Amino acid sequence: MYPASFEYHSPTTLKDALGLMGKHGDEAKLLAGGHSLIPMMKLRLAQPKHLIDLKNVPGLKGVKEDGGNIVIGAMTTWYELESNPIIKSKCAVIGETASIVGDPAVRNLGTIGGSLAHADPAADMPATAIACGFEFVCEGPKGRRTVKVDDWFQGLMSTAVKEDEILVEIRVPALARGVGAAYLKFPHPASRFAIVGVAAVITTDGKGTCSKASVGVTGAGTKAVRAKGVEAGLTGKNLAGAGAIEAAAQKGAEGVDVQADLQGSVEYKAHLCRVFAKRAVEAAVKRAG
Amino acid sequence: MAVTEDRLFGKSIKRREDPRFITGRGNYVDDLKLPGMTYAAFVRSPHAHARIKGIDVSQAKAHPGVVAVFTGKDMTGVNSLPCGWDLRKEKNIPGVVQDLAMVPHMPLTSDVARHVGDPVAVVIADSQAAATDAAEKVSVSWEPIPAVTATDKAEKGPKIHDVPTGNVAFKWALGDAAATDAAFKTAGAVTVKKRIVNQRLVANAMEPRACVARYEDATGELTLWVTSQNPHVHRLLMCAFVLGIPEHKVRVIAPDVGGGFGSKIFLYNEEVVCSWASRRIKRPIRWTASRREAYMTDAHGRDHVTDAELALSKEGKILGLRVKTTANLGAYLSTFAPAVPTFLYGTLLNGVYAIGAIHVEVTGVFTNTTAVDAYRGAGRPEACYVLERMVDAGAAALKMDPAELRRKNFIPKFSGAFNTLVAVTYDSGDYAGALDKLMQVFDYKKFRAEQEAARKQGRLLGVGFSTYIEACSIAPSKVVGALGAGAGLYESGTVRVHPTGMVTVYTGSHSHGQGHETTFAQLVADDLGIPMEQVEVIHGDTGQIAFGMGTYGSRSASVGGTAIKMSLNKIKEKGKLIAAHLLEASPKDIEFVKGQFQVKGVPAKSVPFGAVSLTAYVPHNYPEGLEPGLDETSFYDPSNFCFPFGAHACVVEVEPETGKVTVVRYVAVDDVGNVINPMIVDGMVHGGIAQGVGQALWEGAVYDNDSGQLMTGSMMDYAMPKADMLPTYVTDRTVTPTPVNPLGVKGAGETGTIASTPAVVNAVVDALSGLGVDHIDAMPLTAERVWKTIQAAKAGK
Repeated sequence: MYPASFEYHSPTTLKDALGLMGKHGDEAKLLAGGHSLIPMMKLRLAQPKHLIDLKNVPGLKGVKEDGGNIVIGAMTTWYELESNPIIKSKCAVIGETASIVGDPAVRNLGTIGGSLAHADPAADMPATAIACGFEFVCEGPKGRRTVKVDDWFQGLMSTAVKEDEILVEIRVPALARGVGAAYLKFPHPASRFAIVGVAAVITTDGKGTCSKASVGVTGAGTKAVRAKGVEAGLTGKNLAGAGAIEAAAQKGAEGVDVQADLQGSVEYKAHLCRVFAKRAVEAAVKRAG
Repeated sequence: MAVTEDRLFGKSIKRREDPRFITGRGNYVDDLKLPGMTYAAFVRSPHAHARIKGIDVSQAKAHPGVVAVFTGKDMTGVNSLPCGWDLRKEKNIPGVVQDLAMVPHMPLTSDVARHVGDPVAVVIADSQAAATDAAEKVSVSWEPIPAVTATDKAEKGPKIHDVPTGNVAFKWALGDAAATDAAFKTAGAVTVKKRIVNQRLVANAMEPRACVARYEDATGELTLWVTSQNPHVHRLLMCAFVLGIPEHKVRVIAPDVGGGFGSKIFLYNEEVVCSWASRRIKRPIRWTASRREAYMTDAHGRDHVTDAELALSKEGKILGLRVKTTANLGAYLSTFAPAVPTFLYGTLLNGVYAIGAIHVEVTGVFTNTTAVDAYRGAGRPEACYVLERMVDAGAAALKMDPAELRRKNFIPKFSGAFNTLVAVTYDSGDYAGALDKLMQVFDYKKFRAEQEAARKQGRLLGVGFSTYIEACSIAPSKVVGALGAGAGLYESGTVRVHPTGMVTVYTGSHSHGQGHETTFAQLVADDLGIPMEQVEVIHGDTGQIAFGMGTYGSRSASVGGTAIKMSLNKIKEKGKLIAAHLLEASPKDIEFVKGQFQVKGVPAKSVPFGAVSLTAYVPHNYPEGLEPGLDETSFYDPSNFCFPFGAHACVVEVEPETGKVTVVRYVAVDDVGNVINPMIVDGMVHGGIAQGVGQALWEGAVYDNDSGQLMTGSMMDYAMPKADMLPTYVTDRTVTPTPVNPLGVKGAGETGTIASTPAVVNAVVDALSGLGVDHIDAMPLTAERVWKTIQAAKAGK
């Protein structure tokens, strides 16, 4: 398990990192934790000539508040997210999602930005990103721009970040009172990636009627998607009654390009999308109070 | 000298090897550093089946740091890797219907690659990185040809070897076909027929296979460090059959080895190639498998497709069992491959039951897959699974309680001999006793009430039983020789008492997780009445140990331990002669009690063990005619197998919405005869259960039958059991010592694996029985498979 030879760069400013990217173009890969990239390199499925490690670039780590938003540095590890007090009090579902990524070794090194830029179709956080409405701040030679989550995931391991850009931070609105959120997944028995994972953020009016629903689905298809059918099925409905959530969850696989693999046929995975849509929404509603 | 008061035999003593393992101070093959070391990388077939039109190694040879590149064509005078088990009529091997096709297995194939991962060239370089880089520069001109990987499609698939019998490697049968036919025609008989697929598994030892070969030009000696369960067997096969080099000039060392589960019994291409190449380049060569290589090339296990039929009387007596199995052997014949689905499988189909008649037919087939050979249990889990699943299916057909049906058919308690219908004689057993004990620990009535209550809430709970038997203490040489083995299966044990009374034990058994350094030291210290600290156990080195057949088939305590016990007896007999001389008594009046030789009944007239050992090496005052020294070697060849047995119960809950199975409870009652170290035996049972549950629920090597690619080639795809997927087990024992060996030990290494798989599957079927499910064809019982079974049952299919 020896990777092909490569040159390792450890820039100490964002500007240097961007400069190295500009210089080496598609021969370069960013290292942001490496729990996806390094195994691929060891299998020689990825053979970048230049590895640009972001770990010593200042300003990319940590969680802070900015008005009603939470700002998460792209190089913040899963462990930092699951143990962060701001996350816990303002948008706990992010920490909960982080806490079931991989195993402790992965969570100690793997980063939210690395994962969301890699966009593994079975990663956990993309579902939560969609449900919570993440915004992705990318910096390139022409400055910064912000991409909304609905424009972020573009295909299999493909996102809106441009080749000369670095994802630097993620902005997410803090959950208001009365908003409930949950992420639940059906893990692969070997990798613990999501065969199907669903995140739901539900706003209720206090009497059980859903005023806003945001639901993301990961795992089943080539990319994480918004479950618009489920959202439409929930919005404006009173969810306290029996059957309302179940009926909405029936659209859990709508818009998901479900892929068959060793862990499930299209039929089964689509079924899991519906089951987990129901479970995630139920859990979110319960928390919405 | 301190003398231990209590017996050490039977005590849970902590493993003395563990401090070095858990603090990273083990000594594994890959830890070895030698001056001038080179590193090997193998070029492997990316195709399941392809002709090799040419191999261009020029670019690889030119790569910086490369020492040599070899292909199969360079290895002139090197023979095929041998298959050590013959199945031919002319050898009078019982049951042979069609002779085994002894197909060649060259260390580097030069004509055709027959499975993904088949090695075609080796690159040797000054560093592992250079070797790996250069291996990518070896250009092979492939001509892919159609492949077959599926067991039940093999016979009609593209021909893999140039033999007249095509992909049928052998046909074999055991039992009485006519009597079995008659049993099925018994008036009023109820019959059940089921397809039973025992899927292919990957052993996944924690330490991947590795070797270091060092040829010393000055002396002509070759030393091979290799991850082996049986270094003497490795040496014999490599010297005598493959390389044709003198056995006495070769030393094989298997140092600390991190797990084997059978997969490290066999002689593999890589150690042969490195040994051969080291003689060519006159430098040491190291190779360590990556996990990906391990998945592709370590011998796989199981892979049977079986059609089984059971005939029962209305009252629940088992009248007949008919079994037709196709066993996938992979692309080549691994070292003991033909034995596993025949003599280690068919002979166990009698189980613990008094069955009217049995007949089993086995067809071994070649496919474009990694070779299949012994994997923990080897044939016996497959037999146990067929029988225990069929017993449950029979109980369902009769609407009878599965535990009750088992009780009706148990062979009554016996000691000495029970002749089965399938060529083996059990040594001792109390099968009802094990189930009784299980039922005491596992409150069956209470469970059925819980199950009923849960069903009313829409929850699916189920219990599964497995009352198993297995054959250990492998094996009487004469018997296995008559069955086709190319080897004897005795073991050697040397006890060397040093002048100070310290003892070194040399055993032909090999510990790769079993804890022999503790168990054997315990056995010896107990027998000699000396502290364990005075006993050292040496294993895994042909340069130090007389001979050894190694460790597999739960044979180390029963066969290896008995060889040591025989040497201990010789030591004590000689010690008595010396003690008698010192005490001026007659040797026949001397007894050995608690670490000292004494005049019978007169502890005051005694000589301690250490005084006798010193006298043996400083023989100034010494019996006339007696040789100095206190060093004895014995070879023990068992007179029979030993047959451990037991009863396991597993409780599962199935989530109806997803089909996910959770193991809720697991209770195991095993009878492995006498137990030297209960903690170590418990550990083996625990690990074995995890492996068996793994097969039932998660594990499975999957090939794409069109491309022949291994789809489960990493731990990201192949689901190994993890601690959080398993409950805390309840384990207990009954003790029925074997009369076969003087220690009364039967063997404990494989029981958990053998018993647990059917217990889990039976539990899942029981959980779904309310929906009308009485069987699930294939394992693992993934969530999807169970969900589909539920959907089909609901749809009334």
